[in-house]
Amino acid sequence: MPPTPRWLESQDPLIVAHELTKAYGNGFTAVDGIDFEVRRGEAFGFLGPNGAGKSSTMRMIGCVSPPTRGVLEIFGMDAATDGIRIKARLGSVPQDDTLDRELTVRENLHIYGRYFGMRRTEIRNRTEQLLDFARLTEKANSRVEALSGGMRRRLTIARSLINSPELLLLDEPTTGLDPQARHLLWERLFRLKQDGVTLILTTHYMDEAEQLCDRLAVMDGGRIVAEGSPAELIERYATREVVELRFAPGEQEQAAEKAAGIGARTEALPDRLLCYADDGESALDEVRGRGLSPVTTLVRRASLEDVFLRLTGRSLIE
Amino acid sequence: MTGHQIPALRELAYWLDRYRRTWRGSIVISVANPLLFVLAIGAGLGKLVDQHNTGYLHGVSYLQFMAPGLVAAAAMQIAYLESAGPVLESARAGGNYRSAVAAPMRPADVLAGHLLFIAFRITISALAVIAVITAAGVVSPGKAALLLPAAVATGLAFATPVAAFAVTVDTLVVLSAIFRFVIMPLYMFSGTFYPTGRLPAWLRDIVLFSPLWHGVQLCRTLALGTATTAGTAVHLAVLLSLAAAGTVAARRTYHRRLSS
Repeated sequence: MPPTPRWLESQDPLIVAHELTKAYGNGFTAVDGIDFEVRRGEAFGFLGPNGAGKSSTMRMIGCVSPPTRGVLEIFGMDAATDGIRIKARLGSVPQDDTLDRELTVRENLHIYGRYFGMRRTEIRNRTEQLLDFARLTEKANSRVEALSGGMRRRLTIARSLINSPELLLLDEPTTGLDPQARHLLWERLFRLKQDGVTLILTTHYMDEAEQLCDRLAVMDGGRIVAEGSPAELIERYATREVVELRFAPGEQEQAAEKAAGIGARTEALPDRLLCYADDGESALDEVRGRGLSPVTTLVRRASLEDVFLRLTGRSLIE
Repeated sequence: MTGHQIPALRELAYWLDRYRRTWRGSIVISVANPLLFVLAIGAGLGKLVDQHNTGYLHGVSYLQFMAPGLVAAAAMQIAYLESAGPVLESARAGGNYRSAVAAPMRPADVLAGHLLFIAFRITISALAVIAVITAAGVVSPGKAALLLPAAVATGLAFATPVAAFAVTVDTLVVLSAIFRFVIMPLYMFSGTFYPTGRLPAWLRDIVLFSPLWHGVQLCRTLALGTATTAGTAVHLAVLLSLAAAGTVAARRTYHRRLSS
């Protein structure tokens, strides 16, 4: 598998982006002057809803889409001019599977290895390792069209590792997968991280961001609106706990007025009222003390969803 | 095998890998089609035409007249089929071009590799047609050898502009409409089946702009031994400039589509 962790030797950033911008010909600015750094060995995530600019950012890092403005340095090289050399050292898992469905699992790995100019024997050896890693050894000679969604995604990841990349880009890696397939995939990605591969992923799933990412950039409307570890973000933008209150239809608006001032902050969503408080139970006592009678109540720990709501006034999945 | 140090060859190898799965069937079709034509024309329509020969064919049999035109027309057809649909499918999200450019490959490498494969396919199918008409005694082996480069030039004159366009298109409907309303009329009116001298004057002038007409004339004059240096030069110049212009355009459209 990937070489010994080199990130221990160097703390230089692997990626430096400064005022990075992507504007398309139709005048749409997908990425609007963002700054970030990714260090070797870390798992860095872009969290945001669809259309936030995550995929455009990933395509720029993957050197398939040139930046319109700003600086983007990867491995100390300029993404705008050194794309070919950068691409030789990174792996990319696109949102759409770009596998060849008529060809077999093994043939897909072979073709991709050849795109990197690898020798036949080199590809063959690597293929065996990757089939094992992706748990696809038994499917090696099956056509891709016969694989399940989870298997296809694992094959796409295996394929992206053919060149033993130092950096792996994953655009929405588990979108469309069932829970079991997602967990298996997370486990495999976690193993890559332990082997020293730097991971950059985009997601609109907060559980995925919390599970996999050391550091997150929260994106909205082409900008980075906050950055930090999941725990830091929650601490900075949310309280420790959240009380969720659901009311009978039509009663929420009135209830929201009455509940104003409980905890640090309240937030009204279309289907429920949220009270942010460090101590959820005592906030709930206060709700009841004010004569409110919600249909259901839930006290939970604050999550990245709450961070996102606080930062943008909107829910992540709409 | 070497490690394919020339990026374009990696893309060519990809298409050859795919072709390996279907080549037997495609060879059968490439041979069976011209064989049917030669039979139908030679034994049927050709006899009828030859009995009522009005002198337009300058003393050759209808089959001898038509067969070289068929070589050019078939080259155009295969060029279109190989450069329209496959290019569109590959450029789409999830298509092969997308995985190629995620690797250390430039759009220009992808284009060059795919064009090499298309040229290969044009050559193979032209060879099949030429082999059939040579075996049927319609052209001599010496003339047949001249037909191959002429057919490939005809095919490329279509393949590169079509690829340049197809990479910008999102739906197959557009491409099948072009087949129906551009390629088929060219097929029918470019002198493949009859001398264009028979057409009304206004149509005859339009036909001069048909690249296929130049391909048909090139093939026919070479096969019948009536080629002149000037004529051959003009036909080749038209075909090769189209192929070159198409390549230049495709480099742009590929870059725009695959690196945006």
